[in-house]
Amino acid sequence: MDANQYIALAAFLFGIGLVGVVVKRNMLVVFMCIELMLNAANLTFLAFARRAGNMNGHAIAFFVIAVAAAEAAVGLAIVIAVFRTRGTLNVDEVASLRN
Amino acid sequence: MEQLIGNNLASVAGFRPELVLTFGSIALLVLDLVLRRSRSRRALLAGAAVIVLGLAAVLLAAQSTASTPLFNGMIASDAFATFFKWIFLAAGFLTVLIVAQGDDYPSPRVGEFYGLLLAVVLGMFLMASATNLLTIYMSIELVSMVSYVLAGFRKSDRKAAEASLKYVIYGSVASGVMLFGMSYLYGLLGTFDVLAFAPKIAELSATTGAAGAATKLALVVAVVFVSSGVGYKIASVPWHMWCPDVYEGAPTPFTAFLSVGPKAAGFALALRFFLGSFAGPMGANGMAESIAGIPWPAVIGVLSAVTMTLGNLTAIAQTNLKRLLAYSSIAHAGYTLMGLATLSALGMQGVMIYMLIYLVMNLGAFLVVIVVAEATGSESIFDYSGLVHRHPLAAIAFGIFLFSLTGLPPFAGFTGKWYLFYAVIERASGPAGFWYGALAVVGALNTAVSLYYYARIIRAMFLEAPHVTDRVAPKLGYQLMLGAFSAAILVFGIWWAPIVEWSQRSMVMLRG
Repeated sequence: MDANQYIALAAFLFGIGLVGVVVKRNMLVVFMCIELMLNAANLTFLAFARRAGNMNGHAIAFFVIAVAAAEAAVGLAIVIAVFRTRGTLNVDEVASLRN
Repeated sequence: MEQLIGNNLASVAGFRPELVLTFGSIALLVLDLVLRRSRSRRALLAGAAVIVLGLAAVLLAAQSTASTPLFNGMIASDAFATFFKWIFLAAGFLTVLIVAQGDDYPSPRVGEFYGLLLAVVLGMFLMASATNLLTIYMSIELVSMVSYVLAGFRKSDRKAAEASLKYVIYGSVASGVMLFGMSYLYGLLGTFDVLAFAPKIAELSATTGAAGAATKLALVVAVVFVSSGVGYKIASVPWHMWCPDVYEGAPTPFTAFLSVGPKAAGFALALRFFLGSFAGPMGANGMAESIAGIPWPAVIGVLSAVTMTLGNLTAIAQTNLKRLLAYSSIAHAGYTLMGLATLSALGMQGVMIYMLIYLVMNLGAFLVVIVVAEATGSESIFDYSGLVHRHPLAAIAFGIFLFSLTGLPPFAGFTGKWYLFYAVIERASGPAGFWYGALAVVGALNTAVSLYYYARIIRAMFLEAPHVTDRVAPKLGYQLMLGAFSAAILVFGIWWAPIVEWSQRSMVMLRG
């Protein structure tokens, strides 16, 4: 298959992730959408690396996977802290910091 | 292969301060457990953090400032990075001093705070010296991820938990967008090495026709995506939304740190990224041109104008001091972006001087907020009425910091603003001079607007009668720090030669 098809698929996934972050109200789904964005970037890196025959793009994917795992750990810990103080997972109901 | 390993081993010699911070951060987390039952635990842990920062400072001072690539070009060691590293060390040191005396971070977990704070300082060190897309991404993530935790450090605090949730969501989206932009930059240019970008971009933009136009468009979009990571760190429009909520909800000492440390790191990264790889070398007149005529200085100029206007206009309506200072810090990011938009040696120097002075004046302003909050438990502007009768030093110091933030002489903030505006006006006589002139006018109007809301606080402190008459009694250490910050603002407002000379010497950046 052509690398361009992978790049197009990655752009599509990135779009889904970005739109999802904006429209979804459940915190867990928001974090899933962020994960989707990171993996779309990974797929693009791999497609370009494969096309250019250059190993750098393969290497960064591992770093991104590790960072994404750390981000999920921190993010979920914060979601738990919010849930304990408010008892909700809805982003819209977490809005006491407004004048 | 052996050459690569040899270079990595040799690079360790230029990486000593970072190594001290790495191991110091881990050591503090361990020490936190060891000293669990110690009576003087707070003092010992703060002392250990100061020792780590001091050791890093000694090693940094001993290090050569010659421009050398380290770790096969992953990061650079040069005078430019060293200048910013001193700012980060100072921000970390002053934050430790503030936290050690206050009760924002309760004793059982204060060791974790110091350990994590050192990790953020390490991340900022790497941000200022990153010359590879991978190190840029990893260093931004290191700073961000630890900041999420530190913002929500008080787990049972509703506001802190909300602040850190907003921080983590905005931050992850910004870094995701940045990463996606990086993947396209990599695809177009075929390398991660930022220093090797300039010739490849020139080569790419030489292709003409429809394919050339498409490539150029993809390049511009990729750069805009990458700059979202930087814009989020310095809190510029349109990545500023997290800023007021996080500043208000996070513990105040950390807010103070966040407003000066990561912002300076973001600017260091932006200067290196844009001036290093998207601009030619500076000519004899101290001005550089963007590579292949890509209009990124125009984009940054517009962002700068919008950022400062939005920050200042929104700040007018705020009654919570932390929120007001958050919008003010957005406005200051806008002023500082002017220096980046000019693409000249003077603009670069302006950014460096401004970040150094901003460190003192903004930390000072937040320190007054901490002092008043400890006495009254409130951050509302109404509790600042008649502060001069309740504690003259705090009121006078706050007055000095606010006038300095406005940029009035004879305070140090004037020196910083002078260089930024001078850089813009220098450009106003060249090509596209009209737009630079317009930017200078917008900046001047914004300064007038900012005077309005800063003066509102000053009027409340000095001219209004206090609601309560009991005196505010800050700790001696806070009083000493307030005195020292005010003195620094006054001294450098009149005698700025040392700062200017130091920044002048530090403008040497490793280039490809």
